[in-house]
Amino acid sequence: MAVEFSEKTKEKFKVVLGKYPEKDAALLPALWLAQKEFSVITPEVEEYVSKLLGVPLVRVREVLTFYTMYTAKSLGKYHLQLCTNIACTLLGAEDILGRIKNKLQIDVGETTPDKKFTLSTVECLGYCGTAPVIQVNDDFYENLTPKKVDELLGKLK
Amino acid sequence: MAEPILSRNFGKKDSHTLQVYVEGGGYEAMKKALKEMKPEQIIQEVDKSGLKGRGGAGFPVGKKWSFIPKESPKPKYLVINADEGEPGTFKDRQIMEQDPHAVVEGAIITCFAVGIHWAGIYVRGEYVKSIERLEGAIEEAYAKGYLGKNILETGFDLDIVVHRGAGAYICGEETALLESFEGKKGQPRKKPPFPAIVGLFQGPTVINNIESTASIPHIIKNGGEWWNNLGAPGIGGGVRLFSVSGHVKKPGVYELPMGIPLREIIYTHAGGIRGDKKLKAVIPGGSSAPVLKPEEIDVPMEFVSLAKIGSMAGSGAVIVMDEDTNLVQVLRVLLNFYAHESCGKCTPCREGTGWMAKIIERIEKGEGQSEDLDTIVSIANGIRTRTLCPLGDAAIGPAISFVTKFRQEFEDYIKRH
Ligand SMILES: Cc1cc2nc3c(=O)[nH]c(=O)nc-3n(C[C@H](O)[C@H](O)[C@H](O)COP(=O)(O)O)c2cc1C
Ligand code: SF4
Ligand code: FES
Repeated sequence: MAVEFSEKTKEKFKVVLGKYPEKDAALLPALWLAQKEFSVITPEVEEYVSKLLGVPLVRVREVLTFYTMYTAKSLGKYHLQLCTNIACTLLGAEDILGRIKNKLQIDVGETTPDKKFTLSTVECLGYCGTAPVIQVNDDFYENLTPKKVDELLGKLK
Repeated sequence: MAEPILSRNFGKKDSHTLQVYVEGGGYEAMKKALKEMKPEQIIQEVDKSGLKGRGGAGFPVGKKWSFIPKESPKPKYLVINADEGEPGTFKDRQIMEQDPHAVVEGAIITCFAVGIHWAGIYVRGEYVKSIERLEGAIEEAYAKGYLGKNILETGFDLDIVVHRGAGAYICGEETALLESFEGKKGQPRKKPPFPAIVGLFQGPTVINNIESTASIPHIIKNGGEWWNNLGAPGIGGGVRLFSVSGHVKKPGVYELPMGIPLREIIYTHAGGIRGDKKLKAVIPGGSSAPVLKPEEIDVPMEFVSLAKIGSMAGSGAVIVMDEDTNLVQVLRVLLNFYAHESCGKCTPCREGTGWMAKIIERIEKGEGQSEDLDTIVSIANGIRTRTLCPLGDAAIGPAISFVTKFRQEFEDYIKRH
């Protein structure tokens, strides 16, 4: 079956559209809504968004691949995004990365076989004052230490 | 110590709500501006304040506003830059999370002064809480009649929209940000035309940083001269939020006068170096600012003085490195960052950042040679001025400064590995 927004999301989309002077500007918000609804932005979702907004499919594809936060492949239940930029590295982010890889037995960009964790490294997250930091889905865990990481991984069920 | 201004609501309970904001004198500046002042007078006050953009480039805010044509066949727009991607910077997030109404009030005053009826705030995708707080504040402001049609019965209309980015450092660059706002990939535009003439949806556009915008209500409430005098003697320009990170005892956001010596920020406010170690190096204005040596830290932290010693004030992010820091690793992190974030539109930046990253990686692995350091410098010089946007130059700042100022350390590393 072709993909389609739920009624609730359709409502939200309408509100979003009404906020912008030009409808093309609603492409990023539309993709956010799509990602929330379908988790993964598959080719069918791309086509749906393209039709919905009346923007060419190639534009949708271009935007999707340019930005790092839209996901075209499925992620684990918890997406671990460790900052390895400067402030975090100064305070031990790379050791923490090693620790996570070791514990989960996966490399950066991979998902555990039980689909629980996906591991990514990301650029500065704006939490440099409480570095090192990891973003797990929409939550941030600050002032990480190897011990705290072990506890965190144990806590995420 | 001086009374906090920009950070006066930080740490207060429910500081993000309209009620707490108003109890602290919030929205008085808006009332004054809309009811007692003419748009030109507002621009004059901002001019007098000496406020320079807090996003990185340090352009005088009042001047930027005055470039916007009075009459325009296309609608004019305000775009507020909350992409906050410059490594080391975390102050805009504090403003949005803890004092979102200051942004709303600043936006209202800006738009009234420049004759704008639609403003968009571009927030980086990761800042979910900031987005919620801004949306909450905007909703409260609409309910109060501070936004929407006929604000305070003055006949002035304004709508504000929060736009969520999706992960791309380059979208902090103002023209890339406009592209991203319009639903495209974020690649910088050629200038001229400047956004003040052809900006968002082809209309004349003011682009200001979140902190710049949040400074406006204070300037209007207390006067431009008052703000200017908050800066260090002989320097002026008010206060700014410094983000301090790395090997200091007390990292955090500090509100301090423009022009305060870097030494004071590190040793007085941030408590000095962890474990009382020695200072090795410090980046004074976000990752794109050339690095400084310990003997350079008496520099006043403001745009002109830092430019004079070959660095920049940038986003006000101070990143401190102690004596045990491996600078090869630090430079590898930075060069990888720029290689990753280059949008790929111009060859010198796209290829050059990639080459520099590969070379420093090779050095770190122990496969480097002394000549590699010269190659990095020569690639960097090849990028300089040959790119469409300042990201290319931002990448070469760290490259050249680390390799030349700490040449011996890099040489020693190469010998030892
Ligand atoms: C690569 C690059 C990234 C930038 N990132 C940001 C940013 O995250 N936030 C910001 O306010 N300005 C950023 N800027 C500066 C903006 O282009 C622009 O100068 C600023 O938003 C203007 O606002 P201001 O005058 O109030 O500082 C960046 C510039 C470049 C070249
Ligand atoms: S300098 Fe780099 S980031 Fe800027 S437009 Fe060129 S390739 Fe893109
Ligand atoms: S460097 Fe990691 S949050 Fe800024």
